[in-house]
Amino acid sequence: MIEPGVPAPDFALRDQDGNEVTLADLRGQRTVLVFYPADFSPVCTDQLSVYQEVLPELEASGVKLYGVSVDNAFSHKAFQDSLGVSIPLLADFHPKGAVAKSYGLYSESHGVAKRALVMIGPDLTVEWAHASPSPLEIPGANLIFDALDQHAPA
Amino acid sequence: MTRWTSTPPPDPGPDDHVRGEGPLVIEYADLECPYCAKAHDLLSGVRARRVFRHFPVVSRHSRARVLAHATEAAALQDRFWEFHDSLYGDQGHLDDPHLWARCEALGLDLDRFESDRRSEAVAARVERDFRSGIRAGVATTPTLFLNGSAHAGVPGEELLSQLR
Repeated sequence: MIEPGVPAPDFALRDQDGNEVTLADLRGQRTVLVFYPADFSPVCTDQLSVYQEVLPELEASGVKLYGVSVDNAFSHKAFQDSLGVSIPLLADFHPKGAVAKSYGLYSESHGVAKRALVMIGPDLTVEWAHASPSPLEIPGANLIFDALDQHAPA
Repeated sequence: MTRWTSTPPPDPGPDDHVRGEGPLVIEYADLECPYCAKAHDLLSGVRARRVFRHFPVVSRHSRARVLAHATEAAALQDRFWEFHDSLYGDQGHLDDPHLWARCEALGLDLDRFESDRRSEAVAARVERDFRSGIRAGVATTPTLFLNGSAHAGVPGEELLSQLR
C-alpha cells in the first residue's frame, strides 16, 4: 500500500457519467479515494451508503470523496442509482486496475481493488492510507474524521 | 464544529432504550433493514440487556429515518419497544397510513404522535444515536457491541452462544 508523504500517483479515470477526472483536478482540495472491490456488493448496508450519510459533515470539513473500483462507468452509474448515492465513482477499468496497482491496492488473486481509503492533500501528497484487514471489513467513516484531525486540525 | 472522530459507543444513559437482563448488547440498527429484523428475532431468544440505538441509512432505506422518528414519538408515549417490535414484525407495511394503524393498535394518541415525530427534539434524539454509531465505527447494519467489541451483520452462532 502507498505510504503517506509521497506524491499521489497520477491518474485519469472516467466517472459514472463518462467525465474524465484527473489527479490534477484534485489540487487545492482534500480528497479521499475510497477503493472498493466491486459494485453491487451483497452487504445490507453498503460502505458508500454510510459515507453518503456523513457527506455533509465531510464536505463541511473540506473533504471530497471519490469511489474507485475496476467496474466500468456504466456499472458505476447503475450502482450509484441503485444505492441512491451522489459520491462520484471512478472506473479503473482499462487497463484493468492500473490505478489501484499504482497505489499498491490491487488484489492479483481476486482481480479487484482492495478495500482501502487514501487521503490526498491539497498539494497532491498522500496524507493517510488505510487498508481493511479483510475485504469484508468496512472502514467506518470515523477513520476519515480521525485522519482529518491529524492532517487538517479544525 | 466537532468532528465525528473515533469514540467507543457510550454506556447506556437514562434516556436510552434498554430491555432485558444479562450481558450488555448495544445494537445499532435501521428499522427498515431486513438483516436488523433478523438480528432482532435472534436476540429475542437469548439472555441479554439490550440497548437499541438508531442507525438509519436513508440512501439505502428511504423510510429509515421516518421510522426512527416514529419510534421515538411512540417512546414519548411509553410505547417504544411495542412500536419497534411492530415494525420488525412486519416490514412490508411502512407507509404513513400503516404507521397510523399501528398507533391505533397500540392505543397511541395519534395527534400527539404526528406532531412529536416531526419535532426537532425527536430528530435530535435520532441524530445523537446515529452520530455515536458513526464515531464507534458502525458501517453495516446491524452492528452489535458486546464486551467492547463490534460484530457487524446478523449475529452468528459464536456470538449468540455467549448469550445463552
